[in-house]
Amino acid sequence: MSSIRRRLPVHVLLLVAGALSLFPLYWLFLTSLSPTQYVVRVPPEVVPRELTVGNYQRLFETTPIARWLVNTVVIAGVITAFHLLFDSMAGYAFAKRRFPGKDVMFWLIVSTLTVPAQVTLIPVFFILRALGLLDTYPGVILPGLADVFGVFLMKQFIQTLPTELEHAARVDGASEWQVYRHIIVPLSRPALAVLAIFTFQRYWNAFIFPLVILRDPAKYPVQVGLATLQGEFNTDYGMLMTGAAVAALPIIAVFFAFQRQFVEGIRIGGVKG
Amino acid sequence: MTAALRRHGWSYLFVLPTFSLFVLFTLLPVAQGLVLALQDARVTGGTFIGLANFGTLADDQVFRQALGNTVLYATVVVAAQVTLALVVASLIQPLGARSRVFYRALFYLPLVNSAILVAMVWRWIFNPNPFGLANAALGTLGLGPFLWIGSSDQALLAVILSAVLTIPGGGVVLYSAAIGSLPRELYEAADLEGAGPFAKWRHITVPLLRPTTLYLVVVYTILAFQVFERVYIMTNGGGPNNATITIVQLIYSTAFQFGRYGLASAMAVVLFVMAIVVAIAQFRSLRTDVEY
Repeated sequence: MSSIRRRLPVHVLLLVAGALSLFPLYWLFLTSLSPTQYVVRVPPEVVPRELTVGNYQRLFETTPIARWLVNTVVIAGVITAFHLLFDSMAGYAFAKRRFPGKDVMFWLIVSTLTVPAQVTLIPVFFILRALGLLDTYPGVILPGLADVFGVFLMKQFIQTLPTELEHAARVDGASEWQVYRHIIVPLSRPALAVLAIFTFQRYWNAFIFPLVILRDPAKYPVQVGLATLQGEFNTDYGMLMTGAAVAALPIIAVFFAFQRQFVEGIRIGGVKG
Repeated sequence: MTAALRRHGWSYLFVLPTFSLFVLFTLLPVAQGLVLALQDARVTGGTFIGLANFGTLADDQVFRQALGNTVLYATVVVAAQVTLALVVASLIQPLGARSRVFYRALFYLPLVNSAILVAMVWRWIFNPNPFGLANAALGTLGLGPFLWIGSSDQALLAVILSAVLTIPGGGVVLYSAAIGSLPRELYEAADLEGAGPFAKWRHITVPLLRPTTLYLVVVYTILAFQVFERVYIMTNGGGPNNATITIVQLIYSTAFQFGRYGLASAMAVVLFVMAIVVAIAQFRSLRTDVEY
């Protein structure tokens, strides 16, 4: 009892801080659901008087937002799928196998972990132009496969796995690929889940690379599309907030479904964007 | 060579996809970025001009403004984020396991959203009209209305406030995990000497958390140096009189709006060096930690 009374002020403080932190998100959804005449009011109203999905209808009718969402799912989905495969393969080799050049390769990878992505932006633009990949989906996807955070994450995890199972499988005549596929991959599931969530979120939210690489608005992922909405609707905040809400909902749903992986991911992977 | 390949072929096969993509789209670009910074690369071709781009930058008012804004933004935002994360994590820790899980999720939820989307909301909150939420809230205290993103004096403040007013959920999670693994013995010893909760926090918890603090300072600083979307969205890419222009914003416009790729690459090198300096500073202070 006394402990509850002592802790009550702490709970109140934390809940207020949490509410403040969440407030912009609340304000975003509230604005998106408000009829136009209530959006711009002096003073603004924090509690809704009337809710409508009119903005959502108008958004889907007048903008390619549906197309942008599909583009984002495809781009982020393909990047995530390849990361799961490639990062677990490389992570396994770096964690468990011995081969000449391994240390140099891993050192090179780790040494670029703190390089700001914008440092490579202009050269990547030139390389994609030379390859004829500007304004294409592969042009957005390929550079996304070069970030090495996942290799590091998988290596750290696979290192902690016991080696006996691999040996036993080899004695039974399993090929090297089978060892990876049937021993390492199943045991790495927790780390793969974290990697999937993080990668998907990262590329769902990616902005500057697709902004620079893509020209055709029909190919835009949703974040780049949102930025162009601002030019189009300027101060029509109802529409702008509705666009933002549509881009936010899927990733918030992913968060609620995989909360544990998010928190676990920060614990093992650190703060990444 | 062939013997090595036969013996280690599988290993190379496992690292080949990742490593070749890494070389093509990270390693090579980093090297090429350094070369471009020494060239007068415009839309068409480029000639080697040595360090001239860096001389141009040193004399350029707008670049200096961008550098100043970026450093100011990073300093204020990182100080606020690390402090907030430490305080919130410390408050969460004594609560039960279930409360801890709840609060970690609560503080992390706002952070899953993209910088673009977050910046759009803050632009709406800090708009200069009386119906802007920030103005309305301050109006109830008899303050304002302020011009915020419409004024060259207040635009950067609005951008900084938008970052400071969000609890840094990632930092909370990391601090929370670190506090959970601190040795109990020190606290028991402090209890015997009659230390209060604040004294224990100040003299045991905070000093023991130093490695986490250093890590967060470095990561948050490098992230803050890269601030772009907030400025691009909240203030249309730089604000009135370049009041909010940042290094990455200027790299973007210099390269992709004005086609001066060499000059923009020189700016990227400056950004790179800033990140390296911060990382080395962390390494140094961790080493002095060991010598204690």
